[in-house]
Amino acid sequence: MTFKFKSLIAGSVMAAALSTAFSAVPASAEEITYVSGAVGKAVENFAALVKPWEEKTGNKVTLVPMPASTSDQFGQYRLWLAAGNSDIDLYQTDVIWAPQLADHFVDLSAAAKDLAPQHFPSIIQSQTVNGKLVALPIFTDAPALYYRKDLLEKYGKQPPKTWDELAATAKEIQDKEREAGAKDLWGFVWQGNAYEGLTCDALEWVKSFGGGQIVEPDGKISINNEKAAKALETAKSWVGTISPEGVLSYQEEEARGLWQSGNAVFMRNWPYAYTLGNGDDSKVKGKFDVTTLPVGGEGDTSAATLGGWNVAVSKYSKHQEAAISLAMYLAGPEAQKQRAIAESNLPTIISLYDDADIAKAQPIIPQWKNVFLNAVPRPSAPTLGKYNEVSSKFWSAVHDTLSGNGSAADNLAKLEADLTDLKGDQW
Amino acid sequence: MTMTGPNGAGRDEGLSLQQQRARSAVWFLAPMLVALFLVAAWPLGRTIWFSLTDTTLDNIYGGKFVGFSNYLRVRTLDSGAMLWRGTLVDPAWWNAVWNTVKFALISVILETVLGLLVALVLNAEFKGRGLVRAAILIPWAIPTIVSAKMWSWMLNDQFGIINNIMLNLGLIDHKIAWTASNDTAMIAVLIVDVWKTTPFMALLCLAGLQMVPRDIYEAARIDGIHPIKVFFRVTLPLIRPAVAVAVIFRMLDALRIFDLVYVLTPNSAATKTMSVISRENMIDFNKFAYGASQSTLLFAILAIFVALYIWLGKVDLTGETNR
Repeated sequence: MTFKFKSLIAGSVMAAALSTAFSAVPASAEEITYVSGAVGKAVENFAALVKPWEEKTGNKVTLVPMPASTSDQFGQYRLWLAAGNSDIDLYQTDVIWAPQLADHFVDLSAAAKDLAPQHFPSIIQSQTVNGKLVALPIFTDAPALYYRKDLLEKYGKQPPKTWDELAATAKEIQDKEREAGAKDLWGFVWQGNAYEGLTCDALEWVKSFGGGQIVEPDGKISINNEKAAKALETAKSWVGTISPEGVLSYQEEEARGLWQSGNAVFMRNWPYAYTLGNGDDSKVKGKFDVTTLPVGGEGDTSAATLGGWNVAVSKYSKHQEAAISLAMYLAGPEAQKQRAIAESNLPTIISLYDDADIAKAQPIIPQWKNVFLNAVPRPSAPTLGKYNEVSSKFWSAVHDTLSGNGSAADNLAKLEADLTDLKGDQW
Repeated sequence: MTMTGPNGAGRDEGLSLQQQRARSAVWFLAPMLVALFLVAAWPLGRTIWFSLTDTTLDNIYGGKFVGFSNYLRVRTLDSGAMLWRGTLVDPAWWNAVWNTVKFALISVILETVLGLLVALVLNAEFKGRGLVRAAILIPWAIPTIVSAKMWSWMLNDQFGIINNIMLNLGLIDHKIAWTASNDTAMIAVLIVDVWKTTPFMALLCLAGLQMVPRDIYEAARIDGIHPIKVFFRVTLPLIRPAVAVAVIFRMLDALRIFDLVYVLTPNSAATKTMSVISRENMIDFNKFAYGASQSTLLFAILAIFVALYIWLGKVDLTGETNR
């Protein structure tokens, strides 16, 4: 509540300042519709976020909130776009959707030719399909390893560098704490449900063991290798020992639930859990820190799956010019800074990581730059329209392995055969 | 309803009463038939048509006719090996069919037995019967999405109340990951469905029970027949038509189960049903035509099930014999 109030005040102050600055409002006001998943503070902050743009252009923006799950959003958007729906002007799109929905969106490369170079090139690259800039990034996401400072200090441990170290530390603390009476404590929680999130988690394991990224950027299917199998066998060994068996049904919120009630030593999760973990109702407030995810062994590099959200302009919109202008505003430095301060969303504009206001309001954001720079993209670019099926087959193979349904080597061999079949002559 | 007024008689001159009735019946039925055609026959026909094309959601009107290749096609590899593809040889599809049939049979049997028991209790005379009847319907009145979400929290392995209760009662010695493990996922879905749908069965059975004339029971009591024998020889035969119709409704519902699975265990191969896999192909995988072929097969399987049930069970849907 206090937050809402603050943002209201901030919004109205900003609005007052801006209305004096842009007193000349263009005559033709347009009604723009923006659709986005309702996650965290996104909805309550939206009015304040777009206010300056509304003042400047005289247009009005309406937010259509959608469920938080990205697959639910995707299903609805695909149906709307297939039907050529003109009610929605702008879509907030997940980083992996660009190749699958490219045909339905307007090419923004001409409009953003000055803005795009300010962003991280890898993110702009992920939103470019055959030279067409499908969507503009508005914030990015990269997971990190959350760890309990207090427990690690208590047992004289350092944050783990490798997955084996993590397992050993987690096991030791879990066992000793349980003896001391904390019966519900688990070592490590992550996202093991059979869904897109498992693709993210498993891609990190495989990549950090040097096992490639499922399908390489040139389209080659690389998943069936010894290192990938070793990564999955390692993850399997956690289930039931340092992670509860129920982790195989956890998504982000279930993992955060366990973590935030103080029942986990380590957690793999996205930045949003940081602000919430430090909230007043959190049992781990002030007791935790974040670091990069561990690696497989010597010489391997840490990998974090690239997430993040973008804004795309519908081809079927009747207000394309105004919609493009709003997209440019939302992807621009002003809106990204507001979002970073109010919602702790990671900016995609490089210079904002050195911004003093952001560093003051959200000290975690400059820290996260390192996590984000290690981010590895999911193979949505090479697999084009077939990405969802590739991801589904991958997470099924991983989930089977984790739940003891076949060995990693067998499941990956089968996965390779399935993917080869799916690929056909080309993706 | 026949037109016997001066105007009607003038227009319908020369028609027998029967013909006049038939003619007005056509007009009364027409709006219904048009509505049925628009909401049932047309979408069904479109789906069947889509299943014979290569339509995708990117270009919904641009699909070309490809015959039955979504169902079954063969590709000969350079090595000479034959590669069969299509829904009919898709193991994921047959796994879904098997899941659905298993789910439908077990849930409908459990719900029928439990529903009948509940109906017998509710049919008895006791104080506050109206209140109990209303209360028992609550699970049925809650939207499935809401109850599925509610149950998914109750079945949560770490802070779910089900594990908590069972642990405290000593029924289990460790927390069970109900929806995560392949062994218990189907059980979890069945528990929730039985909880939700038993009231519906109870209601339909109760309606049947209340049609049974009281004097038959009185006669049985005077003759000193054991109540269990009365149930099997008097009650059950008399309510059989009502129960049979209820079972058909439930069977149709259970075979196209979607919402519960989608919320509770969306991607578990152990519970994926025909509707879930068809939606997944149509929307998530952008294989609209392939998903349409699965929908078409789902329709065919439903039709076969119902036809078999009516035929084998000699179910009377016309109500003629009751007259």
